[in-house]
Amino acid sequence: MDTLLLSRIQFGANISFHILFPTITIALGWVLLFFRWRFARTGAQKWMDAYMFWVKVFALTFALGVVSGITMSFQFGTNWPGFMEVVGNVAGPLLAYEILTAFFLEAVFLGIMLFGASRVPTWAHMGATALVAFGTTMSAFWILVLNSWMHTPQGFELRDGIVHATDWWAIIFNPSMPYRLGHMLLASGLTVAFLIAGVAAFRRLLGDRQVTTATQLRFGVTLGAILIPAQILMGDLHGLNTLEHQPAKVAAMEGNWETGPNVPLLLFAIPDEAARMNHAELGIPSGASLILKHDPDGVVPGLNDFVAEDGTVLHPPVAAVFWSFRVMVGTGMAMLVLSWAAVWMIWRGGGVAALPRPVLIGTVAMTFSGWVATLAGWYVTEIGRQPWLVSGVLTTEAAVGDVAAPMVMTTLMAYLAVYAGLLIAYIGVIFHLARRAAQGRQPAREEPRTAGHPMPAE
Amino acid sequence: MFDPEVLPVIFAALMGLSILLYVVLDGFDLGVGLLFPFATPEERDRMIASIGPFWDANETWLVLAVGLLLVAFPAAHGTILTALYLPVAVMLVGLILRGVAFEFRAKAPLVHKPSWDFAFFAGSLMTALSQGFMLGMYIMGLEWSLGNVAFALLTAGALSVAYSFIGATWTILKADGALQLKAVAWSKGGIWGVVLGMGAVSLATPLVSPRIFDRWFGFPELLFLAPLPIMSGALIALLWVALRHLPTKTDQFAWFPFAGATGLMALGFAGMAYSFYPYVVPEKMTIYEAAASTESLTIILVGTFIVLPVILGYTILAYVIFRGKATALRYD
Ligand code: HDD
Ligand code: HEM
Ligand code: HEM
Repeated sequence: MDTLLLSRIQFGANISFHILFPTITIALGWVLLFFRWRFARTGAQKWMDAYMFWVKVFALTFALGVVSGITMSFQFGTNWPGFMEVVGNVAGPLLAYEILTAFFLEAVFLGIMLFGASRVPTWAHMGATALVAFGTTMSAFWILVLNSWMHTPQGFELRDGIVHATDWWAIIFNPSMPYRLGHMLLASGLTVAFLIAGVAAFRRLLGDRQVTTATQLRFGVTLGAILIPAQILMGDLHGLNTLEHQPAKVAAMEGNWETGPNVPLLLFAIPDEAARMNHAELGIPSGASLILKHDPDGVVPGLNDFVAEDGTVLHPPVAAVFWSFRVMVGTGMAMLVLSWAAVWMIWRGGGVAALPRPVLIGTVAMTFSGWVATLAGWYVTEIGRQPWLVSGVLTTEAAVGDVAAPMVMTTLMAYLAVYAGLLIAYIGVIFHLARRAAQGRQPAREEPRTAGHPMPAE
Repeated sequence: MFDPEVLPVIFAALMGLSILLYVVLDGFDLGVGLLFPFATPEERDRMIASIGPFWDANETWLVLAVGLLLVAFPAAHGTILTALYLPVAVMLVGLILRGVAFEFRAKAPLVHKPSWDFAFFAGSLMTALSQGFMLGMYIMGLEWSLGNVAFALLTAGALSVAYSFIGATWTILKADGALQLKAVAWSKGGIWGVVLGMGAVSLATPLVSPRIFDRWFGFPELLFLAPLPIMSGALIALLWVALRHLPTKTDQFAWFPFAGATGLMALGFAGMAYSFYPYVVPEKMTIYEAAASTESLTIILVGTFIVLPVILGYTILAYVIFRGKATALRYD
């Protein structure tokens, strides 16, 4: 394998690993603030118990997010030197603002949020929690501005092949940014909703009948039920925006080869790029035309439009985009069914106790469904941009560094081994904490707090 | 608004500031990790408690330093990081291991705790060694030759010793009782390592680079620069005296070794910065050649001037809130 391919795999592996954790921390910060606020308002212990359980998960997730993020910030230099050389004048300020306005905010106040409860007044502690949550959201904002600009660049001019910024307003509010930001923040909310519901359902299955467990389960499925319709709507809008700006990506998502009307919505197909056709198609007639153009006769772009005269392919790899898209939408549909069914059963009467065992098992199975959909979504977006790194400005090939392939192979193997181990440890610890909490060994609030006998944070 | 000649200097200074802050701040928490094998399991909990609220923010200075290199000197950024590809990867894996071990050791099942403690030590060691190695390679102009690698191995050892020294002085400040006594003993050993390391690097650097030799030993430079080594010598002597009298009964002066170690790091750093200016890639690329476009630098600078004081402000706030001896790390 050559340096380019290896570097792409390595970047994809690193960012995929990284994004797992921000996806959780972005929304979990706000959820913790909510738990804290409910406790302050009602004084009900169940909210404090919920806070104490999830703050541990937050701390662990945050640590993983930070260290994998540091890896990301070195990747640009070690593997993609061409990226900063060509678009550094745009990417640089955006990354700098992310570090200055977001990373320091969250990192400093995280210490106060986690360990400062006994050292500062309640309002200050809640303030610190709010600042951490705000910081993670700001970080998502800046990095998604940059990422969206890479998809739909504007507000710049090329001088001697180097990008120079001309209009920062246009750069920041580039056409795909609002949709990508909204879609990603909702994805984060959904990931956390199903994580909380799944862990609580797991505790119920273990026989945990504490009030807080039922509350967390109800909270998780309700949040999921509220957010998923919004996410589906946002996804649809996002797709329409992509149709306008990156038609080749949409053609790949739909698996549509020829431009024309009455394009079916494919539920299943095996795209074959060599033969430039699909095998084993199964679809809803005119479905894609309906969704994308709101008209069965609407004309949908086809992949064959994106092949140059000399046969050079200018569209993204089809199968990966096609299937990732189906995984994301499929997971979204499963989220819709599960959360609405659960909420309906809970509200019909009987509360959480009314949830039958199969629903609980289903909820446990969906614990990390947010991760699946989020990763699939990013694969659609990122692979769908190929062969460009910055649409129409810089190709991926042009940005790669000239590090020897065996060297990249070595580091790739090392990263993969570390990531696999950490992922297993992370999921294992979450269920370990859940099992302990289910046995009633809640955060040892009764234990006397003696100075000079420090216990590590649990 | 800003003079294009001045901007690269300002950014070089900002980058220098954040590297220095990183080396001191993450230095002490990396040092705590390096000292782990010498501590008992209870002492480890205590040492972890002393860095718990800070380590994340400390590492952010590294992100800022690399970020500034990336955004202000894009051309140099790629050159430096591709040349240091392998040590960077070792450092990143080290940072990952220690960052997560910090959390896992307290949350994973108890039987796994010793393994996570080991990961915390191993990650800290990988990080310290690779950073020292990169420093050495950087001094030598980023050329992979046998002699240069040997020199880089020397700086790798020296920086690791310096980190464990500042970690030990931090522990004097944040601990009491038996652990504090132990930390004094660690510092006494560590200071000799620091003297050796600093001496070796100061001697070797001018010897291997004629340009740096001229910068230091020309006249009148020699006169201007004399305070640097003299102050370092005086600080080392003061530190040695202080360590012999610590811990005091009322815990007075427990702060001094840490302050002294910080001062030493700053002096060493100042000397290094002087040696390299105006190069960002030694002997190859000056900060003026590598700088990004003036418009973009201006945009960043405006933000930096507004935000950096705020960051410094709330960083100090955090150190004030968590001042005093380290106590239990608890979420409530
Ligand atoms: C600021 C930039 C940025 C951001 C926020 C993201 N990406 Fe990306 N992505 C890139 C910048 C980039 C890139 C530098 O443009 C890559 C590297 C090589 C390439 O082909 O594009 C890329 C490639 C790339 C690939 C390989 C695609 C291919 O080679 O065909 C995958 C799987 C992802 N990304 C996944 C993600 C995920 C899961 C992200 C979620 C956070 C993400 N990207 C955010
Ligand atoms: C290629 C792109 C990316 C780079 C270079 C990058 C870089 C980083 C770095 C350096 C950190 C650690 C900061 C610290 O020290 O506190 C970090 C953390 C974080 N990143 Fe990224 N990141 C990228 C993509 C993303 C994306 C796409 C998102 C969100 C949509 C995101 C959201 C976050 C958040 C919320 C954190 C805070 C830490 C946490 O939540 O665990 N990042 N990132
Ligand atoms: C079920 C209906 C959904 C639709 C129609 C939909 C639509 C889309 C589209 C069209 C894109 C590609 C955007 C581009 O062109 O770059 C996308 C990306 C993405 N999707 Fe979805 N999506 C749905 C559900 C979900 C769910 C349930 C999640 C996660 C919980 C999710 C997470 C993401 C993420 C993280 C991205 C990448 C970021 C972005 O470009 O916005 N999506 N989605």
